[in-house]
Order: sequence, then C-alpha cells, then structure tokens
Amino acid sequence: MSGNEIVTDVVVIGAGPCGLFAAFELGLLDLKCHFIDILDRAGGQCAELYPEKPIYDIPGFPVVTGQALVDNLMSQISPFAPEFHFNRMVNSLTKQDDGSFVLVTDADETFRAKVVVIAAGGGSFQPKRPPVPEIEQYENKSVFYSVRKMDDFRDQDVVIVGGGDSALDWTLNLQPIVRSLTLVHRRDAFKAAPASVNKMRELVMDGKINFLLGQVAKLDGTDGQINHVHLTMDAGDLSIPATRLLPFFGLTMKLGPVADWGLELNDNLIVVDTEKFETSVPGLFAIGDINTYPGKLKLILSGFHEAALMAQRAKKIVSPDERVVFQYTTSSTKLQKKLGVA
Amino acid sequence: MIVNVTDQAGEQHELEALDGWRVMEVIRDWGLNIKAECGGAMACATCHVYVDADWFDKVGAPSDEEEDMLDTVGDVRSNSRLSCQILMSDELDGLKVTLAASAAKDDVAA
Repeated sequence: MSGNEIVTDVVVIGAGPCGLFAAFELGLLDLKCHFIDILDRAGGQCAELYPEKPIYDIPGFPVVTGQALVDNLMSQISPFAPEFHFNRMVNSLTKQDDGSFVLVTDADETFRAKVVVIAAGGGSFQPKRPPVPEIEQYENKSVFYSVRKMDDFRDQDVVIVGGGDSALDWTLNLQPIVRSLTLVHRRDAFKAAPASVNKMRELVMDGKINFLLGQVAKLDGTDGQINHVHLTMDAGDLSIPATRLLPFFGLTMKLGPVADWGLELNDNLIVVDTEKFETSVPGLFAIGDINTYPGKLKLILSGFHEAALMAQRAKKIVSPDERVVFQYTTSSTKLQKKLGVA
Repeated sequence: MIVNVTDQAGEQHELEALDGWRVMEVIRDWGLNIKAECGGAMACATCHVYVDADWFDKVGAPSDEEEDMLDTVGDVRSNSRLSCQILMSDELDGLKVTLAASAAKDDVAA
C-alpha cells in the first residue's frame, strides 16, 4: 500500500532555478505546483554546487550569487504557495488512460497530476562513486555512501575516506560505537571545519582512531562483504582489515529513473520541441539543462524562457475549455491580485 | 594550437584548441568522455586529468581551492589537475594530458 496520495495540477521534478520559475509562470495561470527534489532544500545546482559563486548572465542582475538567485526566486513564487517535497526521488511515472500522470516517489508517496515538468538539470544528485574496481558489488552491503542507521556500523572495523565535513563528522560520530576506525585521506589538509579536524587529531593522539594518508585502490571480500581495503600511499601500499567502508566524495548528478520513462533521449538529454518544450509524451515537459533541441544553450535564462512557454501549453491541458488571455504583470490587475500586490 | 588527450580507454586524440579556452572546454567540445558537470566553476572535480610529466612544470600546481575539489575524486596523483583550470596559450601548444577515470560520465554510486 502506498502512503500519501497528492492530487495537483502540476508536478515539477527538480527545484532548481528553472523549476522554481516554472511555478511563477504556472501560478500566473492559476495552476498549482508540487515540487519533488532529491536534495534537502530548493536551488538545485545553484544551492548545491555553487551557492557562493557569482553569476553574471541573469537578465537584470549584473551579478548575483547562486544562493541569492534561489532566495529571490523563492520570494518571487511565494504568492503561489507551491509545495515542496524534499529528499525524495521519483521512482516511477506512468501515464493514465485519461492523459494524466501518476508518480511514485522512493518515500512511497503517490502524486496524481495532469501535467509533469521535468526540470531536473543534470539529473538527480547522487553520491560520487570512487573509481575502485568492483566497488559496485559491495554497495549497500558493506560499502555505504551515507549513514542511515548507526547500528550498521556498531562493532565493525570501519574505514572512512575523505577530507570534507561528512568524512570528519562521521569519524567523530561513529568512533564511540565501532570496533576500529581508520580515516583515510589523500593529504594532511582538510576542507572540513577546523574544529572537527582538531577533534579528529585528538582521537588519533589518544590512539582511538587511525589516520592514514592514501587512497583506496582495491577491495577484497566475498558476497558483498569486504574484509580488506587496499590503500595506495606515498609511504608504500598497505592493506588494512575492514568490514565497512564509507567513501565521502561529495555528490554528482545522474539522470536516474528518468532514463526508464520511455522518453526520446539524445546523449542523456530529453528531446523537446521549441514551441511548448514538451517531450515525446504529451503533457510531460522538460525545461532547463535536462532538455535538448537545436541551438540549445545550457543557461538559466534559457530555462526561464522555456518555463514561460511550457506554462501556456500546460494551462491548455489542465483547463482545455478556459480561454486564456495573454496579460502583463505591469498592467493586469488580475495578475497583480494573484501576486498579492493589487 | 593542439592539446593531446589520452582518454580513459587509452585512445589518443589530437584536439584543435583556441587560445584562452579551458582545456576542459576543448575536451568537451570534441566530445570526449568528460563529465565537467559544473561547467568550469571549480565546484566539482569531474574534469580531472593527469598532466604529462613533460608539461607539468609549465602547467603548474593546483590552487588551494582546486586541491579541495581534488579531494572529491579517488584517483589523485601528483600530476592531477582540473582541466577547467588550465587555460590554453601558445606556451601550452602541444600539451599532453590523460583523462582520469573520475572524469568519465556517469561515474556514480547505485
């Protein structure tokens, strides 16, 4: 049995800048949006990859950081009160006989919508897999990219790899419950918060954990259970006994389940037309970095334009009998009322 | 000018480059297996290359910020660089690099 069922006009997959602006264009046309995003907050790449980086090609903003752009978009769409469902991935999308869509997330929620907009950028953010041979066969058995249950690590010989906050935080958090813990990092400098690094060094001094300078080269084990981690080190190669490996190499983007939805793809991008930005499936749209068409430029401003045109078509699908009059926000009191300014 | 790139499969490519282009952009433009997902913002490390020993001095060492990003790949060597941080110039005409496994597309956990 599935859990919640949510019925809405439009589901937008991906809450990056283009998806967020789609909520504005759809909102002006009285269409209600629900967002589904794998991250824990809005903003997509702008928030996850480059929140502090300045962007210089957003029309009207000589310079704006990724995070400031997201904050402004959130404020701009707030009159339409879109709803956000974070930390979720859409596992399946099926078209119904009446043309509507049913989406099921990995949190076991069901969404019913007349229109679905894929605004998933480079795909969903997933943990980066280190280039270690045959690591796949150990994943989710003895190699994990996140700690879901601390108990999975209790009394284990744990190897944590990385130099960022995740690696250091989990080194500190897991140390009290493991049998042994080795932190492996390629250099003796850390991106993680200095306080965590200091605490880690104290644990090393006290003999409670090991710290090794190196990189993981190979894993030994059987049936998904590792028993040794081989390290390449400047000081000479080393093999250490281990029953759990936690590589923390940040996130990368992957198309994910979208690849299985029967859409026409070109080099992992979704093919759309340039009038409605509709995919090969009617009612299913793709905007922003994830789509492709002749002349496509992967710019945020292109995604904004695509969102506006997509919304016009989406309105016709949701309300086929309603006559839509094209209006400007500068002059239409109707639109201004929707925006809460008139 | 030319960049010589060895891809992850060991195949060699002689790529025409333009002055001022990032090596990542040259490799991407010629359609080799490079993910380069952040587009050159030094916010990922998916354009990781190994610079040929003969060229490493000319290319130079990575900045601190680049070192931080290199922490997010598992196959760093002493000649590792992010190719988005190498700008083509006359001095680098003929540059030789090898694409790291961690620069390949779809190098992702399950």
